[in-house]
Amino acid sequence: MYEKDGEKYFIVDSHMHFWDASPENWVEGAEQYAKGWIECFHAYQGLGPAETHQPIEEFQKVSEEQLMREEFEEGHVDVAIFQSTYLREWYKKGFNTTEQNGYLAEKYPGKFIVNTRFDPRDGDAGMREFEENVRKYGSIGAKLYTAEWNGDSRGYKLTDPEAYRFLERAQELGIKNVHVHKGPTIWPLDKDAFDVSDVDHAATDFQGLNFIVEHVGLPRIEDFCFMATQEPNVYAGLSVVVGGLMHARPRFFAKVMGELLFWVGEDKMTFGSDYNIWEPKWQVEGLVDWTMPESDEFADYPRLGVDGKKKILGLNAAKLYGIEVPAECQISPESSAPASPDDAELVEDRSVAQA
Amino acid sequence: MTVTSDTPSTASAVDGVWEALRTVRDPELDTDVVSLDFVASASVSDDGVAHVRLRLPTYFCAPNFAFLMVADAWDAVSQVPGLTDVDVELLDHFASEAINSGVAARAGFVSSMAGSAVGEAVDELHDLRRSFTERAMLAGTDLVVRPLVRAGTTPEALVTMTLGDAPPSDDLPRLRARRRELGIPAGDDAPLVVDAVGRAVGIDDLPLHLRKARSYQVGVDANTSICRGQLAARYGL
Repeated sequence: MYEKDGEKYFIVDSHMHFWDASPENWVEGAEQYAKGWIECFHAYQGLGPAETHQPIEEFQKVSEEQLMREEFEEGHVDVAIFQSTYLREWYKKGFNTTEQNGYLAEKYPGKFIVNTRFDPRDGDAGMREFEENVRKYGSIGAKLYTAEWNGDSRGYKLTDPEAYRFLERAQELGIKNVHVHKGPTIWPLDKDAFDVSDVDHAATDFQGLNFIVEHVGLPRIEDFCFMATQEPNVYAGLSVVVGGLMHARPRFFAKVMGELLFWVGEDKMTFGSDYNIWEPKWQVEGLVDWTMPESDEFADYPRLGVDGKKKILGLNAAKLYGIEVPAECQISPESSAPASPDDAELVEDRSVAQA
Repeated sequence: MTVTSDTPSTASAVDGVWEALRTVRDPELDTDVVSLDFVASASVSDDGVAHVRLRLPTYFCAPNFAFLMVADAWDAVSQVPGLTDVDVELLDHFASEAINSGVAARAGFVSSMAGSAVGEAVDELHDLRRSFTERAMLAGTDLVVRPLVRAGTTPEALVTMTLGDAPPSDDLPRLRARRRELGIPAGDDAPLVVDAVGRAVGIDDLPLHLRKARSYQVGVDANTSICRGQLAARYGL
């Protein structure tokens, strides 16, 4: 929890990782990709405040103690949601697997939610692994990396028939939230990895699932916005938006927030630190202190008040995941007037989420 | 950046190379590669060969855009008078090898990627280029029209205005240039606000059209700032 000016903010870090990108974990023959990948991430860290930059060796693999300290003790986070990302083509034991993340979740009960993942290209064996992970870790969320390399494939779309098979099964298994990475860093060769039209179709066809588009489709934020405004079960995951822009480019950050507030709305935006790219501390504190600039250029953007910040920093994700929020952190009913009341409750059955 | 200027003739050729590179754009950011600091070095050796080294913000930047920039740099520099040959290479990129050898062999994107270690490509890049030029045109419309709106020009007036009615600014010639690339009329008597295929936007569609144009512009800005930040972090600029 974070407290500022008498207001209490319940913080859900809805997009974070516990990765191992150390050279010992690089796949033989794919070292250049494993190295290139983590160096890309490291360059992103360069967009945060200088005092938070880490040497590459530390960045490649943080210790458990460091993660616990930076997320919970210093970072104000109440509940953190692991987004498992495998990248087995490049990392022997995977980059950030359900097992790696599940280990911490079991050790620190109540602190983490473990989202698993699937890759439709893995066929029946992948399906069994997915089912097993859902069962073992009680996952109600899954992270999908449509641009991930897999054998000869350089990516897939949610609309591929195999992907639909997995989405159908996910729904049956009680998955509620599908986090789709649509943002920077790896690109299939010619499918546009950030094309969000596949999310558009899947969101229409799978009304029992929420689709959280991580990194809001950057660099195609406008396509994401135009799509999200039509799909009530599509959310904007703010990882990279806050971390990559708020400190480094505050005016552009304000514009991107303005666009998201205008098209998507504060009820459907969720904070994610993208740890260990960036620590949550400065992002949470900065977002609480942030206001839309008062110049002409920003005049027609919606404003973001205390209630909106509470929603973005934790309450929206808490709703999606059925996380219990202390009364002192809730928005008082009289002050709460959601812009579009039909938005947040689209997925009705959250009883599984709360179980 | 290294500039070789041993003799007066190579010195002027080097200037010509830099000038040519200023016409090469990152299609996604709609900015030239010199302004973006994507040119690591440009030189002309004594035998008259131009050597250009390009670099990008990350190892995994989009290979399709990278290919376009390398190919465009090759074409632009080839036009510089007095050169005997051109050598353009993309540095530090996961698809460097396939792109460099493909462009050098004047091959298209698909055959450049065929059999490469990083995967096959299905389509050539003409449509991609067209779609990003359309985005650039829309974003440019925002830059030209928003000041007018802010100054009180009504929607009714905007839909009757032509490019010749817009006040002079750096953004106006850029907008005209993008429209010409798309085959959309860009003279003084052409409508000010047009859609991606060049039709004048009517009063009913104008508010949403301009709102979207603004979103495109914000997208380009945000993307550019992230790319610049990463390039700086990667190369210690």
